[in-house]
Amino acid sequence: MIELTVNGAVHRLDAEPETPLLWALRDNLGMTGTKYGCGIAQCGACSVMVDGTVTRSCVLPIGSLAGTRITTIEAVEADPVGAKVTAAWVRHQVPQCGYCQSGQVMAATALLKQNARPSEADVEGAMSNLCRCCTYNAIKAAVRDVAGEGATA
Amino acid sequence: MSDLGAAAGTLPLGDPVNVSRRRFIAGTAAGALVLGFGMPLGRARGQGATIAPGTRVPAFLEIRPDSSIRLLSPFTEGGQGIWTAMAQIVGEELDADPAAFVVENAPPGPDYLVMNGKIRFTGGSNSVRGSYTTMRRLGASARAVLIAAAAQRWGVPAATLTTAPGRVLHAASGRALTYGELAPHALDLPVPASVTLKDRKDFRWIGTRQPRVDAHAKSTGQIRYSIDIAVDGMLHAAIQHAPRLGLQPARIRNEAAVKAMAGVHSVHVLDGAVAVVARRFWHARRAVEAAEVEWTMPAAPGFRPMPADFSTDAFAAHLATATGREEVGESAGDVATAFAGAHATVNATYHSQYLNHAQLEPPSALARFNADGTLDLWFPLQSPEEALDDAAKAAGIARERIQLHAPPLGGFFGRHFQYRHAAPFPQAIALAKAVKAPVKVIWTREEEFLRDPLRPMAAVRWRGALDADGLPVAIEAISATEGPSEGIADQRGSRIDRAALEGMTGKAYAIANRRIAQIFVKSPATLAYWRSVGHSMNDFFYEAFLDELADKGGQDPYALRRRLLAGDPRLTTLLDAVVDLCGGWKRGPFAAPDGSMRARGIAMASPFGSQVAAIAEVSVADGAVRVHDVWQAIDPGTIVNPAIIEAQVNSAVAMGLSQALGEEATYKDGQRIARNFDGYTILAPTQMPRVHVRIVESGAAMGGIGEPGLPAVAPAVANALARLTGKRARSLPIKLA
Repeated sequence: MIELTVNGAVHRLDAEPETPLLWALRDNLGMTGTKYGCGIAQCGACSVMVDGTVTRSCVLPIGSLAGTRITTIEAVEADPVGAKVTAAWVRHQVPQCGYCQSGQVMAATALLKQNARPSEADVEGAMSNLCRCCTYNAIKAAVRDVAGEGATA
Repeated sequence: MSDLGAAAGTLPLGDPVNVSRRRFIAGTAAGALVLGFGMPLGRARGQGATIAPGTRVPAFLEIRPDSSIRLLSPFTEGGQGIWTAMAQIVGEELDADPAAFVVENAPPGPDYLVMNGKIRFTGGSNSVRGSYTTMRRLGASARAVLIAAAAQRWGVPAATLTTAPGRVLHAASGRALTYGELAPHALDLPVPASVTLKDRKDFRWIGTRQPRVDAHAKSTGQIRYSIDIAVDGMLHAAIQHAPRLGLQPARIRNEAAVKAMAGVHSVHVLDGAVAVVARRFWHARRAVEAAEVEWTMPAAPGFRPMPADFSTDAFAAHLATATGREEVGESAGDVATAFAGAHATVNATYHSQYLNHAQLEPPSALARFNADGTLDLWFPLQSPEEALDDAAKAAGIARERIQLHAPPLGGFFGRHFQYRHAAPFPQAIALAKAVKAPVKVIWTREEEFLRDPLRPMAAVRWRGALDADGLPVAIEAISATEGPSEGIADQRGSRIDRAALEGMTGKAYAIANRRIAQIFVKSPATLAYWRSVGHSMNDFFYEAFLDELADKGGQDPYALRRRLLAGDPRLTTLLDAVVDLCGGWKRGPFAAPDGSMRARGIAMASPFGSQVAAIAEVSVADGAVRVHDVWQAIDPGTIVNPAIIEAQVNSAVAMGLSQALGEEATYKDGQRIARNFDGYTILAPTQMPRVHVRIVESGAAMGGIGEPGLPAVAPAVANALARLTGKRARSLPIKLA
């Protein structure tokens, strides 16, 4: 049994410690908002926050997560910054197919929680997830929009 | 997932409208049901009954007591915004705010064959233009029924009633009823035989920037794709495919050890693959990847076996010199005589690469056999009728006994048509049968890139002839390639595969003598439609070579295009629009404010009923091409949602850039070289240019939107780069020498 704290709730999982967090979330906890895209931490569709830092969950063994707080897309609107980010995502009509957007929203939320006024280089550095619909310009505009209004947690 | 199967199974054949509606309503406990419900009509009825597609309101619309409207879209949402467009189009005539709609993909069934009343698929940028009038009529019919219900309720003539969004009004008495209140009373009223559609000038929603109906759900992880679906008692499966198509598993050397791995339920040998079924996908994946499989090539290997010595480098060289019958797709004038009298000629050979679809959602399929022998299936699809046929074959049961669910797609770009050996649903069916439990198969990214059928490779030998004024008088293109349609069918049609040459054929330029032909060379790798299909490469070949002719003849590429389009006001307007959009034609090279040297290139395309013109601005830094801005003017004739058009042009521009700058699916020794995004590079955020879109609504017949933004990008970039560097890139992806 492995204990994970996800979105404020403690879960006891019947899973091996080497299980990637992505599959523990999806299969053990039924939280499918976090997506599988590549499995090698290339695309970022699986991004979650671990203690507030954006992390690619597809290569992150759950055995390494004791005592951490994991936040997934399912709880993003409960976070004041996350709520602003998702509102900006809707305002800027970011999603097309939407598959990568859970990860994009988590990456943006983590960035803006740590740095309410990111520079262009900060945004470029943090928003590295792939989007095959190439919604990159809309993503950038949405992040800037939230940054402009001052993202304070 | 809403489960409509049980109710639908009780529906009688016969009068398709009233009886079924009553029975359905009587048989449900939901209480929210009203005007109708989206029934999987392909089941008990359908085959024998005559159904005029797009006419039976209850097959498409459910109006709930709160006046929210559930719409079953005949077309699959996969990012292109079709749900929103359908809500706008139906809502316009129904007089209901598109924001009130909840849209889902419709199942297979004759009601949904709304493209010219015969067929239905999501592709070819056809959805809106192919169903526009039908879907408007559907909305108008629903409105008429609601008005009739109000007339009956109030005892007034229907002609005295009007509607406001979501409500029927009786002006004389000041009374109003919401659609949700009226819907139960509309149940047994006949749908009118004819309806009058609104005049365009009265449109409230069509033509306006409506927000997407799915934006919030997709921004919060709530949309459920095929890969997310779960049912009770479900097991997970992972696959190891044969490294080369055609190989079959002879033996799993360590089968006992694999079976003993944690979480493993069972190990299975499938057609061209082995599978592990487990309690969790992670268990299944880890175990199947541990399997040491001996593969053998059977004597009769079947569909497109991958040769052990195949390499894309060697194939490209072969295409460049291949000889054979030249099948002419388009010809005009007298090419031979024009060349004989030419003042100057230009020869060049161009290449395109294999491309993966690389949609972010890996393929999956969930199969559940029910106690009554019926089968529920969930998998990504864009042609439901064909998917159902294939599923019935794979399951060995009648298609009427299959309930096929069509989840929204995590991207598709042509990926989810029915291609052989390219989807996991036959594996899910076989495994669910074998283990007597529902099974969900997910292909890892590596397995997906191994079995994803590809955009064709081609090599095109060009010849162009110029007159004494430096103007092109003749062109000839001989493309050694296999078209995607003939490749998918695995047989040649009686006529040339249009998709092999489209984009070199059908150009609007007035070049009097031309000959565009194909030498058929079968592709060892499996082929598919890829966003903008033949146009994705052929407009690159044509528009880049046209710039070569311009250079040779001392012509400015914009001025030459304008001259060759003289007498075509629509395209002249479009070309001028993109030049205006970028602040005037400035070819360069010029120094940008940041000190970089830049140049611009221009190109046009006429794909899928729309017209586009694009300009790209490029520089080179650290040995890499940097595209700063892309301006694109698009004329789709008539529009539905300018915001979604702009989004689709952004997306298509980026995908066009992606294939121009980096994407390439390569083989060596019969093996796929890159099987994940570390080796197959799609456009990264840092490579994304600014995209500027101008929509030119000429009023011509409605064209497509999802694909047309793509084809002009690669040639615009190549043309800019040739101007900047003095070197002409003739192959995709573009590599700096």
